[in-house]
Amino acid sequence: MMDTLLIWAGTFALFCYALAFCFAAARLILGPTPQDRVLASDTMYVNAIAIVLVLGVNFATSVYFDIALLMALFGFFSSSVMAKFLYKGEVIQP
Amino acid sequence: MNTLPLWASIPATLFLIISGVLTLTGSLGLLRLDRFYSRMHAPTLCNTLGITLVLLASALVSSALLERPIFHELLIIFFLFVTSPVTAILLMQAGVRRDPRQPVSND
Repeated sequence: MMDTLLIWAGTFALFCYALAFCFAAARLILGPTPQDRVLASDTMYVNAIAIVLVLGVNFATSVYFDIALLMALFGFFSSSVMAKFLYKGEVIQP
Repeated sequence: MNTLPLWASIPATLFLIISGVLTLTGSLGLLRLDRFYSRMHAPTLCNTLGITLVLLASALVSSALLERPIFHELLIIFFLFVTSPVTAILLMQAGVRRDPRQPVSND
């Protein structure tokens, strides 16, 4: 009984994350300034981590955890490097 | 699928639902607000809390499945809590620097 409820809650959360991903993608396409687009891609990777973790809950496995950790790592690096590039015009200052 | 105990499945269900609504609110704020400085608030606040809740739900479910406490998910929570403000601060600095209305001196 509670397992069914948990799986339906996971499906609802998955729907919410997919909708949030679409909103962030719309901001990525519409965004008037480059920093808006970087913020939208940052939101998109956080939503993608949430989608992967909810899939791990629904399928009752723990292999999705490593993928989520890798996505968090790469997302942080890409977002901070893009913000750094927008700030100074180059990533590593001489 | 074997049945989960109630102490794990009820909080996990609540965490999943609250996290979905919070993440949807954050991304809707990213789409609907009108300035970059307002848009900065919604995803950085709501998405961090939403992903914390989904990680807590995942930790509860895997602890109940393996019948021993699992602390792997706290690693991602710690990592996101450390790195999300760093990205927000860098983006905010870039936004202030690139704002045409308030020129900041190029040092």
